[in-house]
Amino acid sequence: MSAWAFVKRHALSVYAALAIGYMLLPIAVVFLFSFNQPAGRFNYVWQQFTFDNWINWNAPPGIQDALVTSIIIAVLASITATALGALIALALVRHRFRGRGPLNFLIFLPMAAPEIVLGASLLTLFLNQTLFTLGFWTIFIAHVMFCISFVVVTVRARLVDFDRHLEEAAADLGANEWVTFRKITLPLLAPAILAGGLLAFAISVDDFVITYFNSGSEITFPVYVWGQAARGVPPQVNVIGSAIFFIAVGVMLANVIRQTRRERSAA
Amino acid sequence: MSFFHRHRWAAPFALLAPGVLWLFLFFVLPFGYLAYQSLQSGIYPNFEFTWAFSNFSEAITDNQEQLIRSFVYAGIATVIAFLFSYPLAYWIAFRAGRWKNVFLVLVIAPFFVTYLIRTIAWQTILSDDGLVLDVMKAIGLVADDGRVLATSTAVIAGITYNYLPFMVLPIYVSLEQVDRRLLEAANDLYASPRQGFLRVTLPISLPGVFAGTLLTFIPAVGDFINAELLGGPGQRMIGNVIQSKFLVSLDYPEAAALSFVLMALILVVVIAYARAVGSERLTS
Repeated sequence: MSAWAFVKRHALSVYAALAIGYMLLPIAVVFLFSFNQPAGRFNYVWQQFTFDNWINWNAPPGIQDALVTSIIIAVLASITATALGALIALALVRHRFRGRGPLNFLIFLPMAAPEIVLGASLLTLFLNQTLFTLGFWTIFIAHVMFCISFVVVTVRARLVDFDRHLEEAAADLGANEWVTFRKITLPLLAPAILAGGLLAFAISVDDFVITYFNSGSEITFPVYVWGQAARGVPPQVNVIGSAIFFIAVGVMLANVIRQTRRERSAA
Repeated sequence: MSFFHRHRWAAPFALLAPGVLWLFLFFVLPFGYLAYQSLQSGIYPNFEFTWAFSNFSEAITDNQEQLIRSFVYAGIATVIAFLFSYPLAYWIAFRAGRWKNVFLVLVIAPFFVTYLIRTIAWQTILSDDGLVLDVMKAIGLVADDGRVLATSTAVIAGITYNYLPFMVLPIYVSLEQVDRRLLEAANDLYASPRQGFLRVTLPISLPGVFAGTLLTFIPAVGDFINAELLGGPGQRMIGNVIQSKFLVSLDYPEAAALSFVLMALILVVVIAYARAVGSERLTS
């Protein structure tokens, strides 16, 4: 290896370390300032270390209700979107039918369109009819809508290497379609469906723009944060943000470790 | 079950029906309502459908400044994000070895902190009495009475930061697919590492660059959170206008028209970009 290549290799590694450090910097700030005791309304300047914000995480009025609303909507929306999306993925992988091209396009579009346009167009639908009033259920409808595509893409990616011989074997052994589906297909699909569901949950909990357009007076956690931003966000928001972060990273790491282990034992 | 035994052709449509119906009702149909709303006139809450095409010309002339600013900010943010992300993605794909997955988790880690909270963290970092500003003043980057918050720099920096994972991941995926034997072949044929990169790695990674730039640019144009939280009145983007027309001033028709204008302009830019990069080459 030439000296030049050696220098270049290390320069790139140093850059990568700095780049990742930069990407993680705001997360560190969120976590650090969850322990701050701000002097005024704005949690900008480090004053004093305290555990109070973590102990009294629900002290600011409305914060707990907003969080609970967010979680309930995310659970309902991700379950619904996962059911609808997994069925579409199943149809796309298993069956040849007319209109696959347009269907793929229809699924791709909500992921490509800017959120503000999705939120705005859905709002005009709700404004121009009398069936729904803006609130909990319109948020639910919106979340299911933008989660479906992500579920389809996630589930489809994993369905492609599904071994259909297992189903044929079950049929040969006398299982009817329903039994085959329940005992063979569903358990094999479970990891893909779980992955799609978790992604949908994460996207739903985090969504602000589309929710804000269609929430009426209902307040989810991101909408709560937005409302506080002008007045100064209480440090408890940092507490909840940090908690969500650690739970999500924990789930993700557990998944990565499990996968790596499985690959190793398979090899 | 017996129905599907007799009518096998119906099976895919039965699987598709509920999800596609949902997308049709709450994704496709709303664009019809958006169009309908954009051609109305009147004052809230008494709007009437009058084929008011003037909403479109007004939407453009009234908000020219914000429209141009949105595309400029998003364009700059996309270019910076690309320059930042390519070397990082390259390092993870070629140099990170068995720690690849860990670094990928670190790259998408920002997504696990709520978008708004991430942006508020930048408020903290760039705030008038924050550490970063002190350092910048000390080395003369910012005047002693200057500030970073409420400037274009802060807004562009915020947009760039928030969409970085969208840029890194597709580039990483395309670099990961580069067949290492091609690089060895280039080396055997006396290509320098530089030539090997320019003639082999870079062309193969172009689809990832294309996907990454679009995934960054499209949401960036419509963004209003960064301009609201990190900018001042002089940094308002088109998203801020649409948002306040819909939710504050309740001027639905012009807000709807403006949404269409935004979509059309994005489409034009994306098509021009795809032509320029040469989409036939990307897909083949």
